[in-house]
Amino acid sequence: MIDAPVAVKLAGIWKRFPGVIANSDINLDVRRGSVHAIVGENGAGKSTLMKILYGMQKPDEGTIAINGNEVIFHSPSDAIDAGIGMVHQHFMLADNLTVLENIILGSEPTKRGVINQQTALTRLTQLAQQYGLDVPFNSFVSELGVGARQRIEILKVLYRGASILILDEPTAVLVPHEVDELFSALSDLKAEGITILFISHKLDEVLAIADEISVIRAGSTVATVDPRTQKVSADDLAEMMVGSELPTPETRGSTVTDEVIIDVRNLSVLTAAGKPLVDDVSFKIHAGEILGIAGVEGNGQAEIVDALMGIIKSSGVLIYNGGDISKWSTRKRREQGFGFIPEDRMRQGLLLEAPLWENKMLGHQTLKPNSNGFLLTPADAKNDTARIIDEYDVRTPSIDVFASALSGGNQQKLIVGREMSSDPKFLLAAHPTRGVDVGAQSAIWDHLRKARESGLAVLLISADLDELIGLSDTIKVLLRGKFVADANPVTVTPQELGTAMTGVKKSDGIEAAS
Amino acid sequence: MNTKSPSIRIFAFFISAMTLLSISRIFADTNDLTSRGTMAAAFGLAVPIGLAGLGGLWSERAGIVNIGLEGMMILGTFGAGWAGWQWGPWAGVLGAVTFGMLGALLFAIVTVSFGVDQIIAGTAINILGLGLAQFLAKLAFSNAPGGGQSQSPPVKGLLPSVTIDFIADPLNTLQQKGWFVISDLAGMFSGLFYHLSYLTILTVILFVLTGWTLWRTSFGLRLRSAGESPSAAETLGVNVIRYKYIAVIISGSLAGLAGAYLAIVGTNVYRGGQTAGRGYIGLATMIFGNWRPMGTGIGATVFGYIDTLQLRDNANIRGLVLFGALVLIALAFLGLRSGVRATSLAFLIIGSALVGGFLASTNMAPEVAQVAPYVTTLLVLATASQRLRPPATAGMAYRKGESH
Amino acid sequence: MSRQKILNSLAAPLLAVAFSLVVVTIILFAFGSNVFEVFNAMAVYGTSPRSLTLMLNLATTYYISAVAVAIGFKMNLFNIGVNGQYMLGGMCAAAVAGSLNLPGVVAIPITIFVAIAVGAAWAGVAAWLKSARGVSEVISTIMLNFIALGLISYTIIRTNVGRPAALNVRGTEIIPPNGRMVGWNLLSPSIKVYGFIIVAILIGVLYWFVLNRTVFGYDLRASGLSASAASASGVNSKRMVVITMLISGGIAGMVGLPDLLGNDPYSYTLNFPSGYGFTGIAIALLGRNNPIGIAFGAILWAFLDVSSQILDIENVPREIVTIMQGVIVLAVVVAYELVRRNRVKSEQQNVGEALAQKESSAS
Repeated sequence: MIDAPVAVKLAGIWKRFPGVIANSDINLDVRRGSVHAIVGENGAGKSTLMKILYGMQKPDEGTIAINGNEVIFHSPSDAIDAGIGMVHQHFMLADNLTVLENIILGSEPTKRGVINQQTALTRLTQLAQQYGLDVPFNSFVSELGVGARQRIEILKVLYRGASILILDEPTAVLVPHEVDELFSALSDLKAEGITILFISHKLDEVLAIADEISVIRAGSTVATVDPRTQKVSADDLAEMMVGSELPTPETRGSTVTDEVIIDVRNLSVLTAAGKPLVDDVSFKIHAGEILGIAGVEGNGQAEIVDALMGIIKSSGVLIYNGGDISKWSTRKRREQGFGFIPEDRMRQGLLLEAPLWENKMLGHQTLKPNSNGFLLTPADAKNDTARIIDEYDVRTPSIDVFASALSGGNQQKLIVGREMSSDPKFLLAAHPTRGVDVGAQSAIWDHLRKARESGLAVLLISADLDELIGLSDTIKVLLRGKFVADANPVTVTPQELGTAMTGVKKSDGIEAAS
Repeated sequence: MNTKSPSIRIFAFFISAMTLLSISRIFADTNDLTSRGTMAAAFGLAVPIGLAGLGGLWSERAGIVNIGLEGMMILGTFGAGWAGWQWGPWAGVLGAVTFGMLGALLFAIVTVSFGVDQIIAGTAINILGLGLAQFLAKLAFSNAPGGGQSQSPPVKGLLPSVTIDFIADPLNTLQQKGWFVISDLAGMFSGLFYHLSYLTILTVILFVLTGWTLWRTSFGLRLRSAGESPSAAETLGVNVIRYKYIAVIISGSLAGLAGAYLAIVGTNVYRGGQTAGRGYIGLATMIFGNWRPMGTGIGATVFGYIDTLQLRDNANIRGLVLFGALVLIALAFLGLRSGVRATSLAFLIIGSALVGGFLASTNMAPEVAQVAPYVTTLLVLATASQRLRPPATAGMAYRKGESH
Repeated sequence: MSRQKILNSLAAPLLAVAFSLVVVTIILFAFGSNVFEVFNAMAVYGTSPRSLTLMLNLATTYYISAVAVAIGFKMNLFNIGVNGQYMLGGMCAAAVAGSLNLPGVVAIPITIFVAIAVGAAWAGVAAWLKSARGVSEVISTIMLNFIALGLISYTIIRTNVGRPAALNVRGTEIIPPNGRMVGWNLLSPSIKVYGFIIVAILIGVLYWFVLNRTVFGYDLRASGLSASAASASGVNSKRMVVITMLISGGIAGMVGLPDLLGNDPYSYTLNFPSGYGFTGIAIALLGRNNPIGIAFGAILWAFLDVSSQILDIENVPREIVTIMQGVIVLAVVVAYELVRRNRVKSEQQNVGEALAQKESSAS
């Protein structure tokens, strides 16, 4: 395997965005007919790298060579022509077209413009059999589940004659038996000489499928290992992924009281099709406590948050300050002391084309100082916005600019300031420091700590394990909508936590979920 | 029911509908309800509605909601009247299509290239199309012999039409016998072969051609993909913008053709206000037909039929009311069997009320027929909106490369 | 608001009007008219006291219609059904007003209330269809427009609500003098400015106030800017759709009242003007849903409509004005779209520059 020729060679790839270096000096050799996994934390630069390889973005520096020939991609079409295919994490399929139509679109076998269904079907049936990718070609995509959709995406790529396949987080949306099916298909593909780039942060899966593993940290390739010859464990990989980071949040001394603020009992959220996204989850948070939820993204965190905010439908009982509030509207919850730092601030946290002072009112528009419940009080709201901008160091020339004009970090500081100013009793904080520079990050941590000391109950969701460990009083690990383990933030290491998130095994800092 | 092939199902529905119609004819005691004259007129009125609906279908299939059909149709009536008056009916058809296409081109530039909201742009096109047609009509026709401020001189000559006597006549005789179902079918088919305009034949061909092009050719697949998932299409190298342009322009030419039918076959002149909202009814038939040519054609025929009834013997309106009531009640029973409770009960109540109205009155207002197509559309939308499959991105602005 | 911002917001409509003038000039030129003479005739005729009064009266109607549309636009709801709502509302209000023999202070509020209630109810059908059945309000309101027309002709032709009201036309019972709002001879001794202009101004003020000064208005604007963020902030989106649609329909119900209460024959006849709803859409777009902007838009539109009356005498089809209006709308929506895209970009740049300056001066 190691002797197979190099199919993809990335050398010295750099990519800078305003204020961020996404890739710095990436070097990667992928051998033909192998499964090469690329692992790294969220934001480590994996996606950017794959976009570069697929022609969606151009590198600032560095070269790409496919089968020994140096290439420059201007668009995905160039990459497709070079035999590269990509299966996006978010499927690119048209629901109302049939499976067959989705696959052949753009490269239809035709006779004088008329699609030759039979030719297409024969070719696809053969491909499907060859690689064990079974899909009903004449069904509409809307009728199919995620597993089948993923097989369609792979067939789409193979149909175009790709010999190099990029899979972006392919298992994120699959249930275990679908993962097994995918892996067996990948083995078949490999046996046929197809090269596979497998992007993931589920380390157990990576270890199960990969011939080689490259670890990316902070935009650079830090190691490439061969799990078949080198003894490497999920722990080792997690350590390489996380490395040692600069500032670590630390919460000194416990402020946890015995007053239960929020008590969630048997919370479940289902998809429209009835599949559980959150599966019978229960937990309590006390005044002065930060409960951290660890988990790979897409395992139900977002749904827990939305359900607690009353934005999406859920089942179960929600007790707040001793009373059942399951039926409360989102507005009532917010008025009664729920603060909310959303995961996606563009979607849930801001009105991009509205001035900052109006954004400051969002979510608290019925409360002082923004209004008296019926009439807005813009003067007070503006004064308070000015205060927040000052206290939370939001860098802006004025409170009248659109929110879209601020950088991500400053937008986040505005949101944190806004939510803290309403004197919340219970704060839902999803990735509170995502996309924020180091200085702002520690400031946000300080604010969270201060609020905790004064009796705030916080539900913290974060992909930054240091942040999670440093701030939380209790950590629960979420996998596929269920709590699978508890961790003690005093003793657990990021490596152990990262391993637990993938559901691999238990270690010292991790106990089975209570 | 589900195990049967679609063509058998359609046939079963057709026969059931004809049976209900026949019952209505007998109880309302109006032989004209399914006479050759009524049916021929219905097919005639169905043509402009159907063409507009087909126009809407083309553009929505590529993801562009075309509220501007009405404006493009108005432009078409002017083009037909003007060119037809100068150079004869076929030139009129060409003129109508050209004018419709010009309106569509403008609409495409604004919606596809500039990404302006499609509803807004469509409304603007309707204002502009109306103004332009009225302006040009005054200039062109005011001083022309036989013309006026809002009316063109007659089109030079007529478009040929065909009557196939040896089919139409015996069937007509059969219709007049008043036999249950058989006479109704006879009347319908007799109408189909009676004074059949070439433009009607062309319309039928266009419907078939549309279905074939959109669902059998690679061109059609790419065009539909631009409406279903432009981002997926783009990643596979489909030039989404180009297909949207093509679709909108075809849409406009069909709307223009609809205008041509009104001006050349329907009346023989351009006249202000001739379209009378048929562009919007066309849009309704497209929804009624679930964005498919076959369904749109059926919808247009039904709406054309209803349109005809208000122009003919008033007793027909009673027949129509009874027919509508029976259809609702039949649907209610079908629905109850498959467990759609609330809707079925609502249908049952409305249907029974209509039967009551039918029994209580001897004379019904033509306004009932006037609103029937719109009420039908609302009912379809309210009860079947889950089952309708509009193109996934219809109405959304698309900008190249934004999906990445 | 800084001078720069005001300039920015005026740039698009002014450009659109200028562009439409160019288009119209080209058309007139192409058909051999004396462009200068045409414009001059319009200006002279359009500024006579009589014309100005007609213009104000028409603008009153247009303004109400545009506000009805604008409040929907503010949360991305398209009320294409203003036409049906005002016609139905107007007919019912006229019928009620015609049957009342009460002093004006009582009769007029009742009339207005009926118009609002009927308009809101008719819009309510579309609101219910959207919130409960997921039916697009665009299609449903178009259908409801046609159904309203049928209902009106049925009521006036076939029920005893209708009677011969004016020369050869059936309509509702003529409204007694007490129930009218005839207005005042402000500009011309021969013709009055509609009394309903007061109500229109009030509607504009209320519209501004509700939208910018109340929590409800904030919720509404937030829903329009980002439905997901609004819902996270506690806005019940379905309820919002229903309420907004009802308000829009309620305002729409009043669109016919200026004519009805201020002009001969004081009856809703089968010849009652139609199409105000579509004009309202155009003006709301032109005025960018802003109460002042809409006022300017309504006056411009009305001026064009009134002054175009002279054109037939000048041997130019007066529909040239409709063309001009259509071009204005198309040009203005394109211009706004371009301005919006640029504004987002340029603000980002400006903020960056401003911060850089601040930083360098601080250090």
